[in-house]
Amino acid sequence: MIPSQFEYHRPADMAGALAVLAEHGDDARVLAGGHSLIPMMKLRMADVPHLIDLQDIEALKGIKIAGGQITIGAMTTQHELIADTALHAAAPIIREASLQIADPQVRYMGTIGGNVANGDPGNDMPGLMQCLDAQFTLEGAEGKRTVPARDFYEAAYMTERDDEEILTQISFAVQQGGYAYEKQKRKIGDYATAACAVSITKENGTVTAASVAMTNLSDTPVFSEAANAVLVGTSCDTADIKAAVAAALEDIDPTEDNRGPVAFKKHVAGIIIKRAIERAASRA
Amino acid sequence: MKDEVTRDERVANLKGLGCSRKRVEDARFTQGKGNYIDDISLPGMLHGDFVRSPYAHARIKSINIDAAMALDGVTAVLTAKDLEPLSLHWMPTLAGDKQMVLADGKVLFQGQEVAFVVARDRYIAADAVELVEVEYEELPVVVDPFKALESDVVLREDLEGQTEGAHGPRKHHNHIFTWEVGEEEATNAVIDDADVVAEETMYYHRTHPCPLEPCGSVASMDKVNGKLTLYGTFQAPHVVRTVASLLSGIEEHNIRVVSPDIGGGFGNKVGVYPGYICSIVASIVTGVPVKWVEDRMENLMSTAFARDYWMTGKISATKEGKITGLHCHVTADHGAFDACADPTKYPAGFMNICTGSYDIPTAYLAVDGVYTNKAPGGVSYRCSFRVTEAVYFIERMIEVLAIELDMDPAELRRINFIKKEQFPYQSALGWEYDSGDYHTAWDKALKAVDYAGLRAEQAERVAAFKRGETRTLMGIGLSFFTEIVGAGPVKNCDILGMGMFDSCEIRIHPTGSAIARLGTISQGQGHATTFAQILASEIGIPADSITIEEGDTDTAPYGLGTYGSRSTPVAGAATAMAGRKIRAKAQMIAAYLLEVHDDDVEFDVDRFVVKGAPERFKTMGEIAYAAYNQAIPGIEPGLEAVSYYDPPNMTYPFGAYVCVMDIDVDTGVTDIRRFYALDDCGTRINPMVIEGQIHGGLTEALAVAMGQEIAYDDMGNVKTATLMDFFLPTAWEVPNYETDHTVTPSPHHPIGAKGVGESPHVGGVPCFSNAVQDAFRPFGLRHTNMPHDHWRIWQAANSLGLHD
Ligand SMILES: Cc1cc2nc3c(=O)[nH]c(=O)nc-3n(C[C@H](O)[C@H](O)[C@H](O)COP(=O)(O)OP(=O)(O)OC[C@H]3O[C@@H](n4cnc5c(N)ncnc54)[C@H](O)[C@@H]3O)c2cc1C
Repeated sequence: MIPSQFEYHRPADMAGALAVLAEHGDDARVLAGGHSLIPMMKLRMADVPHLIDLQDIEALKGIKIAGGQITIGAMTTQHELIADTALHAAAPIIREASLQIADPQVRYMGTIGGNVANGDPGNDMPGLMQCLDAQFTLEGAEGKRTVPARDFYEAAYMTERDDEEILTQISFAVQQGGYAYEKQKRKIGDYATAACAVSITKENGTVTAASVAMTNLSDTPVFSEAANAVLVGTSCDTADIKAAVAAALEDIDPTEDNRGPVAFKKHVAGIIIKRAIERAASRA
Repeated sequence: MKDEVTRDERVANLKGLGCSRKRVEDARFTQGKGNYIDDISLPGMLHGDFVRSPYAHARIKSINIDAAMALDGVTAVLTAKDLEPLSLHWMPTLAGDKQMVLADGKVLFQGQEVAFVVARDRYIAADAVELVEVEYEELPVVVDPFKALESDVVLREDLEGQTEGAHGPRKHHNHIFTWEVGEEEATNAVIDDADVVAEETMYYHRTHPCPLEPCGSVASMDKVNGKLTLYGTFQAPHVVRTVASLLSGIEEHNIRVVSPDIGGGFGNKVGVYPGYICSIVASIVTGVPVKWVEDRMENLMSTAFARDYWMTGKISATKEGKITGLHCHVTADHGAFDACADPTKYPAGFMNICTGSYDIPTAYLAVDGVYTNKAPGGVSYRCSFRVTEAVYFIERMIEVLAIELDMDPAELRRINFIKKEQFPYQSALGWEYDSGDYHTAWDKALKAVDYAGLRAEQAERVAAFKRGETRTLMGIGLSFFTEIVGAGPVKNCDILGMGMFDSCEIRIHPTGSAIARLGTISQGQGHATTFAQILASEIGIPADSITIEEGDTDTAPYGLGTYGSRSTPVAGAATAMAGRKIRAKAQMIAAYLLEVHDDDVEFDVDRFVVKGAPERFKTMGEIAYAAYNQAIPGIEPGLEAVSYYDPPNMTYPFGAYVCVMDIDVDTGVTDIRRFYALDDCGTRINPMVIEGQIHGGLTEALAVAMGQEIAYDDMGNVKTATLMDFFLPTAWEVPNYETDHTVTPSPHHPIGAKGVGESPHVGGVPCFSNAVQDAFRPFGLRHTNMPHDHWRIWQAANSLGLHD
């Protein structure tokens, strides 16, 4: 549990951070809250000769809500997400989900940027961001670009982000309708056995939009277009939910681990998705 | 002098027996001022780290240390070859086996110590570990003890051809011992003739004590004076000194062993680990102090595990439910070396307490110890030697028998309890239970939880479930346990030949305060608080004026250490006895000062008074001063005493626990709605400390029953080596505990105390487990193995067709 030697950089602005990245390329990694990266370094599963700490870069912090858009700086901690009342009013699912991540100590350090950039299928924010149809802003030597969360994840720890880019902010629309983040875990501080983010809007009792995304049930977050399609236009009754769950289950591919074998995970996933849809629908 | 303080106030001022005195240790612990092994830093100290085996079974073809030695800051890399000339490449275990210190030709479990790197700092040591090149040739891995007994694969080649082990004949090259207690034929006959027989096989999974602080040591060999000082996480510092002397050849008076503050032990810190030996050798080789502190993964992978017992039982009864016989066979997976920490004559500890709290006339127990490619150990994780296994076994067998008899398990227990008037009770498997009043405790517990009401609620829930109105079942877990603690009488209990007495030495200072030193060592139990209370009541000096010191072998009297709830039964008894010696001398001094005969004064709280003339007295403070400042004819100056206490018997704490649990059948998620724990530990020294011990023990019981395990895959890889997968409960998972008690003093202990630190763990595990099993009883479940994590509960529900 002792990392190998590394150089520590602490730039004051984005230009400084990008410069170190450009200089060291593959040998450099940015450090946010460190609660995913540092354990990997201590296990010597990640070898990072140059560590670039982003904590002094003011531009990466803060939550802004304007014109129906929510913009969150990458270095905003999970604790800050939970504590922000304006954010809670604009997108209550963020607090509901964040409270189910890790434990308070981890949440004081862990950031939204680190959580979505990490690419670990166990992270809760990626699925949530897919549910919300968030956009990720990436900044590199060549400038900025925006990638939808739904297109960002390629495989475990593989994302659209280039090694020399920094994820600077995340933005999504102020939420309408009902929502739920449902997660089963073995204990506090555990990654999901199965988790599901759902957002549902209804008009006159009919679902007009639905968004179902899942965590830790495949090597990337799973956004289930099929489940969404099943729900839209229905009243979201028991049979509709059942059909949506069936559709969502078609999209997952869980693997066996200490949480249990595949059959168990699939069964639990079905229950968790169902509960998430029910709860979101009841709030819509 | 006029005494305006009432007698009650004088009693209160002592903070003696029965007082919920705040823990004196906590001031330093809560302010970060504890002094743990990793806080120790000596001038010039080097740091050690291990190269460990990635394989569970492999031959070592070569070890190349050149690259590691070439790294700047590396002082030495030790391998078995370096230890061999000192005969330290292997070491004896507490169980009569031997264990490799560093891999000698082969490795037998994943995480085994292969080489010891010594470097200027901890970081260089870790880098150097990566540079040691070890060439392995993989060998077939055996992780299943049943397969081990049939396998051609010889794990312990060093024992090849040895058909006799430390505990009798070995049946197979992977077999360690068979241990039998009781009457096999008579038991079989009773079972064959019985009205009703219940049979079950259960696996008590492998787990780990996982103290917050892992193990470590700092060795400092002073070559000029020939003295070795060894600091370490030792639950038995004196035994470590003796072993270190025997192994190293350094005379015992030249070795000083110090246990500093210990961050939890739970049995994990009883044994001797390769790290300790390597730090000593490295200090001898380099001439400077060497520190070794393992990390969490090393602790979970390589230091002593607990449990790993496959238990098969048969229990017979009359139609009315009176138990007639009990048969138990255990296949005990000991891993690669038999390093169980048990008294020498008990290779399966006190597993023969498995008749539990019941009057079972005929019984038989056999235990087969087996080698596998897993880490060695077999320690008593928060319990007396294998008592948790025994209690789990009998408390599950009772439940299975209740199913067989179609009887309420509370009632089945009641009609089989040993009766109050039967104590002292001789059990069929050889123990003499000192005292108990089980019926009173049981009735109190069932009443407190409204047992009948719970059963009615459960029946309604089952009906609602069957009607499809709920997917949550309710389980009522019962357990009644009897512990056997306080090892133990020297006539039958020893560790490496050392009788399991314990000791206390008291010095009263002239101004009426005192220091007492004991052979035990606190690891969170609060000895500094509670032993001072025992003394306060015995010698009339306030607990706040008594320092308790443990853990330094240069100053403390010889003792066997702290584990198996032995501190209060043994060292606590020694403390009371030493206190009585002080009091006897104080009485003579008081009589002299009061100018009366010795028999004319009597002890009263904090003074000796002239019988019939309470206004004539000498306080203990006055007596202490007199002991040092004046010549008293016929009495030596000073006021000191030492007592070595050999307990006449073990003590037998008991308790009645009830757990109410709701279980989500679809996800396997559990919610512990209620946990009631009644403990009877005899005389209660400090109710608050007792309550703290009970909360802690129950929480570790929750852990073990509900998720905590050391799991291996078929290749012998440890699957649960981090706290992400190894379940260590936090406040979040822990239910609210309701504690209660009865008081049945031990008749043979000087103050009637029995020990309590481990009871809640012993009784808690079957209680949590029984709650899970009970929830599914109406659907035909007989038994499902722990740990009851979500997927195993789900699997139980699934196999009963509850997901169809
Ligand atoms: C005990 C424990 C339990 C946990 N449980 C959960 C859980 O239940 N759910 C969950 O979602 N997470 C969990 N986590 C992870 C935690 O939320 C992490 O903090 C989070 O995943 C990563 O955020 P971080 O700020 O710590 O990132 P870091 O660890 O600093 O970085 C993670 C990775 O992302 C990269 N990175 C970070 N920021 C950026 C950026 N702005 N641009 C580009 N790349 C970047 C880093 O280079 C690194 O590769 C747990 C962690 C622990 C220690």
